Amino acid sequence: MADLLAVRDLRVDYVTDRGPAQVLDGVNLDVAPGEVVGLVGESGCGKTTLARAILGILPAGAARIRGGEVRFKGVDLLREDPRAVNDRVRGRAITFIPQDPFTSFSPVFAVGTQIMDLMKWKSPRVGGGRRPATLFGRYPRERRRADREAVLQTLRAVHLPEPARALRRLPHEFSGGQRQRLMIAMALLPRPELIIADEPTTALDVTIQAQILRTLRALVKERGVSVLFTTHDLATAHEICDRVVVMYAGQEMEAAPTDAFFARPAHPYTRRLLASVPRRDGELRDIPGEVPSLVTPPPGCRFHPRCEYATAECRAQQPALRVLADGHGVRCHHPVDADRDA
Amino acid sequence: MSAPLLEIVDLTRHFPVRDAFGRRVGWLRAVDGVSLSVTPGETVGLVGESGCGKSTLGKTVMGIYTPTAGEIRFAGREIGRLPRRARRAVAKDLQYVYQDPGASLDPRWKVGASLHEPLRIHTRLSRTEREREVRAILGAVGLPDAHLDLYPHELSGGQQRRVGLARILTLRPRLVILDEPTSGLDVSVQASVLKLFRGLQQTFALTYVFISHDLSVVQAMCGRIAVMYLGKIVEVGDTTAVFDRPRHPYTQSLLAAVPRIGGRRVTHDFALEGEPPNPRDVPSGCRFRTRCALAEERCAREEPTLREVDGRRVACHVA
Repeated sequence: MADLLAVRDLRVDYVTDRGPAQVLDGVNLDVAPGEVVGLVGESGCGKTTLARAILGILPAGAARIRGGEVRFKGVDLLREDPRAVNDRVRGRAITFIPQDPFTSFSPVFAVGTQIMDLMKWKSPRVGGGRRPATLFGRYPRERRRADREAVLQTLRAVHLPEPARALRRLPHEFSGGQRQRLMIAMALLPRPELIIADEPTTALDVTIQAQILRTLRALVKERGVSVLFTTHDLATAHEICDRVVVMYAGQEMEAAPTDAFFARPAHPYTRRLLASVPRRDGELRDIPGEVPSLVTPPPGCRFHPRCEYATAECRAQQPALRVLADGHGVRCHHPVDADRDA
Repeated sequence: MSAPLLEIVDLTRHFPVRDAFGRRVGWLRAVDGVSLSVTPGETVGLVGESGCGKSTLGKTVMGIYTPTAGEIRFAGREIGRLPRRARRAVAKDLQYVYQDPGASLDPRWKVGASLHEPLRIHTRLSRTEREREVRAILGAVGLPDAHLDLYPHELSGGQQRRVGLARILTLRPRLVILDEPTSGLDVSVQASVLKLFRGLQQTFALTYVFISHDLSVVQAMCGRIAVMYLGKIVEVGDTTAVFDRPRHPYTQSLLAAVPRIGGRRVTHDFALEGEPPNPRDVPSGCRFRTRCALAEERCAREEPTLREVDGRRVACHVA
């Protein structure tokens, strides 16, 4: 299957007082059409930076792309004309669902105004031209009417009660779950091929999370949209994703189809991460040590200072990505196999 | 069973809702008749969704809010309506841990000064006695003495958190209310923080009230659990019993919503629709009936009270 998105050896530095921090250090990532990929990792592992790099919205002063490719449908977005990316890709072919539904709307405009603003520029009816709205930013009445119809239809699809009335209301009149439904609707409206969802349910209660995940998964499967879903919660990834990628200290450590990932995790970090989820019997297992500094990352494998299986090889040489089974890759010198149970 | 350390009887805390002119137009019933007792040495979990009143309950017990009605008895003594001076003496035994205890450190004070302060205010210990106490506590939370001379910004987030906990423990409290102590933490860090809580409970003979919306954490930490919905406890009992056989329809939905690795996907069979109603406008009868699949005519008329069912107490007509 041809990949929709292929990130190759992506390296991004952030400027800090103590020198450049290697926030992404040779990351590879593939997303196939219609696939929901979970990007899992702890704070500071680089998952948000990766999501932003794909969208081309890294903070301009602070971040520097050192190398690599972000190929979307064969075109390297990092080397493509930025205006073309803005016209055709960002907010159109690739859309975004933010983590925080509370601060992503302007509090002073009705929700409908804000959604129609999006449609004025990013409606699928505009085509890929450089001037989405016509001369002087006019919004043709015909198109506006059709767009509004599409908005109402999408709001119904995300199960927002009373869509027509909802458009006249202000953001604070909605609960967090409803605002996240609005965000999902806005991400779907430009008819994207890829949605990047950055921890979209982290701020929500479990019952609301379950409702939102169900809605999101049903809609993307029905429309054949791919999703890159970042989360720090392994159980959420298990819930919604077809494939899971684990990141640690700026590198992807393991990638596998969801069932294989949870049944046969091969990277020692993945195994420790899974073990630290609180268990029913109350046993708690943490990962000793702390996440390494990205300014002076450890030589060799990024995880070796905390790894129980580390050898001289791990301390000296960075492991290359190796393929264990169909679609199951791991970046480790000594991947754990199923019989060597930790 | 030993005498309860904390006994809450019919505790109510209502907040006035005012319009733009400051006129009262209604009441927000944040905590609406909650009874709960906590025995020494146990960990009681308080769970529920945002807005169910679990934090308000904790803060009312703590004395941050005054109760609208009801009683709070701590070690056999009513503390809900004590005059200020008398209440302050109780504050020593009762401590509240916010989401990030490290954030409450003064950035311009060295760690040592922050740890001395509670002892200066609440005890008559001499400087050397305080120093000895402070070092002992710092060791207990797993930090070296050298940290006493550092400023908060010189510590990592996890170390700041430990200092914040040490600060609470210097007064040797008997009851500690933990309000969402691990939300926002990564799982691996969460595991070490929870381990620390457990260790401290052993060392200092603490009693915990553990407020959290994370059910898997509560399951791992608490012996008993109380589930709240719209200001009321709907089910309370032994954690294992409640998790294995939830009886209240709300508890059932809440547990069904928790994603579990390796289990069935909850998105396939999760059934609870809608969101909790506004606590300004609580439904008549049972508060959960508007979302309950089992609701019958009686549920709208009569408010269910907690009754003994299957080894725990449940507030439901049909459970």
